[in-house]
Amino acid sequence: MEHAVTIDKLTRKFGDFKAVDEISLSVDKGEIFGFLGANGAGKTTAIRMLCGLLLPTSGSGTVNGHNIFTESEKIKQSIGYMSQKFSLYRDLTGRENLLFYGSVYQIPNGDLKERIAELSESLDLKEFIDRPTESLPTGWRQRLALAASLLHRPQILFLDEPTGGVDPVFRRKFWEILYRLADEGTTLFVTTHYMDEAEFCRRISIMHRGKIIEIGNPQELVKKYNQPDLQETFISLISRGESNG
Amino acid sequence: MDKIRYIAIKELRHILRDPRSLIIAILMPILMTFLYGYAINLDIKNIKLAVLDFDNSFESRELVGYFYNSGYFLKSEAAPNLYDPEKILKTGDANAVLVIPPGFADAVASQEEFELGLSVDGADANMSAATSSYSSMALMRFIEAKLPPGMEIPGVTLSTQVLYNPDLKSSHFFVPGLIAVILMMISALLTSITIAREKETGTMEQLLTAPVTPQQVIIGKVIPYIGLALLDGIFILFFAVFLFGVPFNGSILLMLFFGIIYIIAALSIGIFISTLVKTQQLAMMAAQLVTVLPSVMLSGYIFEIKNMPQILQYLTYMVPAKYFLIIIRGIMLKGADFTILWIQGTFLILLTIFLLTIATKKFSLKIG
Repeated sequence: MEHAVTIDKLTRKFGDFKAVDEISLSVDKGEIFGFLGANGAGKTTAIRMLCGLLLPTSGSGTVNGHNIFTESEKIKQSIGYMSQKFSLYRDLTGRENLLFYGSVYQIPNGDLKERIAELSESLDLKEFIDRPTESLPTGWRQRLALAASLLHRPQILFLDEPTGGVDPVFRRKFWEILYRLADEGTTLFVTTHYMDEAEFCRRISIMHRGKIIEIGNPQELVKKYNQPDLQETFISLISRGESNG
Repeated sequence: MDKIRYIAIKELRHILRDPRSLIIAILMPILMTFLYGYAINLDIKNIKLAVLDFDNSFESRELVGYFYNSGYFLKSEAAPNLYDPEKILKTGDANAVLVIPPGFADAVASQEEFELGLSVDGADANMSAATSSYSSMALMRFIEAKLPPGMEIPGVTLSTQVLYNPDLKSSHFFVPGLIAVILMMISALLTSITIAREKETGTMEQLLTAPVTPQQVIIGKVIPYIGLALLDGIFILFFAVFLFGVPFNGSILLMLFFGIIYIIAALSIGIFISTLVKTQQLAMMAAQLVTVLPSVMLSGYIFEIKNMPQILQYLTYMVPAKYFLIIIRGIMLKGADFTILWIQGTFLILLTIFLLTIATKKFSLKIG
């Protein structure tokens, strides 16, 4: 099977501090991969390196077969990124945001309008797409942000805590959308603090203090560590890492 | 290229969507023009002049008349029984004392060399400089009137000559400088804020995950502000000429040309600032600090550069307003043309390239 993401001993230092410390992993095409870790574990730094926002200090990696050191422009064309922070323009309407992002991806105008209509249908945006995003509740904004990251039909979608601050009903809906995307062949690379969401992933990795301390199928990890559920597994792994470190 | 255009269009949309900021961006400069134009008025009038006329002749009274009728001098209320200029000045009732020794009338009649005394209170340097030049003017007019036409003026070796601003009106000097200060403020301030805003709200990071380079984002964002600053500049120029009566002797096209160069220099300061700070508030403070202060204090706008301490003089080379002041005063007051002003233009361009190079270096390290 081809890999959507492979990284080997990827490291990023800020001064003397190793935010990401020699992490290695690979993600299969079409997989939903959960990228877990406590706050400050280095998840966001790792994702930013994969998205071409930050240069790694050392190590190697590819995204969609493109080298993360030298081919960040090619990577950007083939990935979508949606972050925990709502990062569309608040003074513009949803549609204006989408039209702008579409133009940046150089989607021809006719295709773009069609694509927006399509996403508006599948993500159920119709109700609020023409309102300034400032006035929208978080769940709606997140769906708009998702739409913006899907405009150019990316092969890999990086989601950095996409459901932070969203109510459970919205979260469920959001994950239904993500499942549909995965069925269509999109690779999903997701960070989350919600263990029920992590259980939706085919594989998860757990990061602690810049290192990946465990990687595998969520159910198998629960069995391996003999814990009642994923939540307890996560906590025991983190606290073990804490006492070792 | 297309991407830059899309980003510029988006930026324009931001500007238009926020009418309050737009109004501030256009009204503030106009308001400042009025404020500075009227408030910073260094024209010196109503100098209190006391006269000690020891000649007490028709001619001496005629000379005194030339002083008081010049419009710059007022009769001093100093006590008439004081006969020492120093004592009069010490009372503070007079800013200057004119002493006419006996024998003045005879000297005028025989057209001989003669010495008059003028004591000036030097506590206010501007006032004293103005007093001596106004006095010379009054004296010259008196002598001209006394001489038969065509005759050389004897005994007077005054060589002061006031060109370009014969009325010595300070508004002619200040209002063009104001354009330099305001353009700098608007351009650097607004750009640094708009770039910092995208960093602060995370939209910059989002945008950079799309296939655009930071350089494209910055250039696109800055383009609408060139237009806005230009609009401001034209407004102020309009008020300068039609309200404050500042002459415009040079070419408008040349003005526009140098104006755009200057705006780009100012924008590059804004860009440079935005690479250093992460929040809008910091951007605003930094922009105020590095634009307004140097543009007012170190540009020659108010204080002469050649009178500054050496180290500050070196610093002025980094102040774009310094070059633009020479350009704008040159074009408006003297009608200077390209052959004279290209040096200043070159300095501006070099400074811009320098700032943008550092800014780009900082940006290509990737945000974060």
